[in-house]
Amino acid sequence: MSEQKRKRPATKMVPVQTRAIVPDRDADKSPILECHHLGIDFGGLTAVNDFNLMIGRTEIAGLIGPNGAGKTTVFNLLTKVYQPTRGTILLDGEDTSKMTTEQINRAGIARTFQNIRLFNNLSVEDNVKLGLHNHIEYGMWGGVLRLPKYWKEEKHAHESAMELLKIFEMQDLANAKAGSLPYGAQRRLEIVRALATNPSLLLLDEPAAGMNPSETAELMDNIVRIRDLFQIAVMLIEHDMNLVMGICEGICVLNFGQVIAKGTPDEIKSNPVVVEAYLGKKDKKKKKEV
Amino acid sequence: MKNRKLSKASRRAFMTYAAVIAAFVILQSLAAAGAMSSMLKGLLVPICAYVVMAVSLNLTVGVLGELSLGHAGFMSVGAFMGVTTAVALQNAVASKELRLVCALIVGAIFAGIVGFLVGIPVLRLNGDYLAIVTLAFGEIIKSIFNNLYLGIDSHGLHISLLDNKLRMDEGVKPIIGGPMGIGGIQKIANFATGFVLIMICLIVIFNLVNSRAGRAIMAIRDNRIAAESVGIPITKYKMMAFVTSAAMAGAAGALFALNFSTIVANKFDFNTSILVLVFVVLGGLGNMMGSIVAAAALTVLPEALRQFADYRMLVYAIVLIAVMLIRNNPTIRAFTGRLRPGKKGGAKE
Repeated sequence: MSEQKRKRPATKMVPVQTRAIVPDRDADKSPILECHHLGIDFGGLTAVNDFNLMIGRTEIAGLIGPNGAGKTTVFNLLTKVYQPTRGTILLDGEDTSKMTTEQINRAGIARTFQNIRLFNNLSVEDNVKLGLHNHIEYGMWGGVLRLPKYWKEEKHAHESAMELLKIFEMQDLANAKAGSLPYGAQRRLEIVRALATNPSLLLLDEPAAGMNPSETAELMDNIVRIRDLFQIAVMLIEHDMNLVMGICEGICVLNFGQVIAKGTPDEIKSNPVVVEAYLGKKDKKKKKEV
Repeated sequence: MKNRKLSKASRRAFMTYAAVIAAFVILQSLAAAGAMSSMLKGLLVPICAYVVMAVSLNLTVGVLGELSLGHAGFMSVGAFMGVTTAVALQNAVASKELRLVCALIVGAIFAGIVGFLVGIPVLRLNGDYLAIVTLAFGEIIKSIFNNLYLGIDSHGLHISLLDNKLRMDEGVKPIIGGPMGIGGIQKIANFATGFVLIMICLIVIFNLVNSRAGRAIMAIRDNRIAAESVGIPITKYKMMAFVTSAAMAGAAGALFALNFSTIVANKFDFNTSILVLVFVVLGGLGNMMGSIVAAAALTVLPEALRQFADYRMLVYAIVLIAVMLIRNNPTIRAFTGRLRPGKKGGAKE
C-alpha cells in the first residue's frame, strides 16, 4: 500500500476505517462497549495506542493480529487488569475508568484467559458456582450457621450451575476436579464459568487454541448458540482464521498496538494492509536485484 | 440434596467430628477410670489448645494459601486478654465455667481485632508479605506484653508501659506485671471446655469452607486473577479467613493460659509459631483431621520422650523427618490408597 520502507507498520499512518461495524440488527440500539483513543504505555513502550472500537449488543466481534500485536493487552485493559494510560472505555454508556477488575465483572464483562485459569483444586461445579458468586445471596454467617437461606440459595446455585454445564454437556463432570479435566473441557469450563457471572459482553481469549478442527467447528456452533441463547455480545481473540471468518460479524486487526483495519470478514480478507501485517511486504528491491 | 447424598466435603467433615468426639469420650473415660498417667492428664488442655491453633492456622495457610509466621502472637493476645478477664471477673462471677467462657470470648475478640488491624495493610498486597509482617508482628506483641503493666482497682483500669508506674490502691497487685507476666492464675481451664472449643472451631471452619465465602477463599488461593475476573472481592475474603483464624488462635491462647498458674510473653515466641506451622504442614495443607492428629501427637511426643533426656530433641527431629518422608512416599501412599475402597491410589497428588 504505502511505499515507505520502515519496518514497523505501526509508525506509519494507515488509513483506518472509523465507521463502526455494528451489525444491522443492533444498529438502532446503543452499543454495549465503546472504546475511545484507548492506550497504554509500559515504561517507554507503547503497547496499545489509539484503540477505538464499538461493539453491538448481540455482535460477535473478532480481534486478530500477529503475535505480540497487543490483543491480550486490549482484553486486560477492558477488564482493568491494566489501567489504561489514555482513553476511555464506556460499558453500556457508563464510564469504567474508576472500576476495578471485580467491579468490571459485576458491571457486565466476563472473560476467559489465553493460558487457562481455572480453580484447579475445586470441583467443576464449584468453579461454576464461583461464577455465580455475586448471584448467591447469603453472607458469611448464613454459611457458618447454616441458616435456611443457605440451603435455599445453595440448592438454587446447584440447579443454575447444572443448567449452565448443560450448554456444553458437562453435567456428568460436575464432581470432577477442574484441574484433572482434559484440555478442551477446561477451555469449555472457563467459558461456562464466565457465562455464570451473567455478563452482557463475553471476552474469549483464544478459545480454540489447542483444539482439533472438529472441536473448533463444535466451538463455533457453541459460540453462536451462546450468543443467541443469552443475547449477549461476544468478542474473541483467535488465530484460527476459519473460526474468525466463520462467525465474526465485525473484525478488528491489530498490529504493533495499533488498529490497522476494521471491517466485515470479506473486507478484512481482501485488505492489503492486513495481508502485509501477516505475511510481510513484497520486497521490490530484492526482486530487482534478482 | 440435603438429606439424600452427602457431598464428599461434608462426609469428610462428619468423619472429623466423629473422630474428635470418639477421642474425647475415650480420653475422658480413661481419665475418669484413673487409667491415665498424670503426664498425659496434664497435657489434655494444652493438646486442645494446640489443636485449635493448628486448625485455625490451617485456615490461613491451607485454605487461604497465605503463609503466617506469627500465629503465636494472636495466641499471646488471646492469652493475656483472656486471663486478665478471668482475673477481673474473679469476684464478680462465681461460676468457674462462665468465667472461662468469658475469658475465651474476650481472648477471641481481641485477637480478631488485632488480626484485622494487621490485615488492613497486608492483605491488600499479593505475594509473601503476610509472612514477613506476621513474623514481625509476633515479635512486637512479645515485646509489648513483656513491657506491659496492667492492673484493676477501685479506680478502674491502670495501664503503663516499660515501667511499673501504676498508682494502685494499697494491697492491690497488678494483673499483668511486665516481664513477670501474669502470676497466680486460677487454673479454670478443663478438658471438656477444650473439646467444645475444638468442636466449635471445626464446625465454623467446615461450614465456612463449604459455603459461598469458603469457595471464594479457596478460589483466591487457586487463582487470584481468575477470582478477580469473576467478581470476587479479594481483600474482603482474605480478611474474613485471616480474622477468623486469628480469633480462634486467641481463644486457644486463653484456654492454654488458664491451664497454668503463671504465663509469660516469652512462651509465645517465634518457635511456637513455627511449631504450629509444623503441625499444619505435617498434617497436610487444608486437611483438618491431619492437623488435629499432628498437633496432638507432636504435643505428647516431646513429653513422652523425656526419658531419653538429652537426646529427646534429636529423636523428635528424626520422627518429624520420618513422617514427612513416609507421608510423601508414592509407594506407601498408593498402598494406603488401595486400602480405602472406592478410591484410586493417591500416588498422584
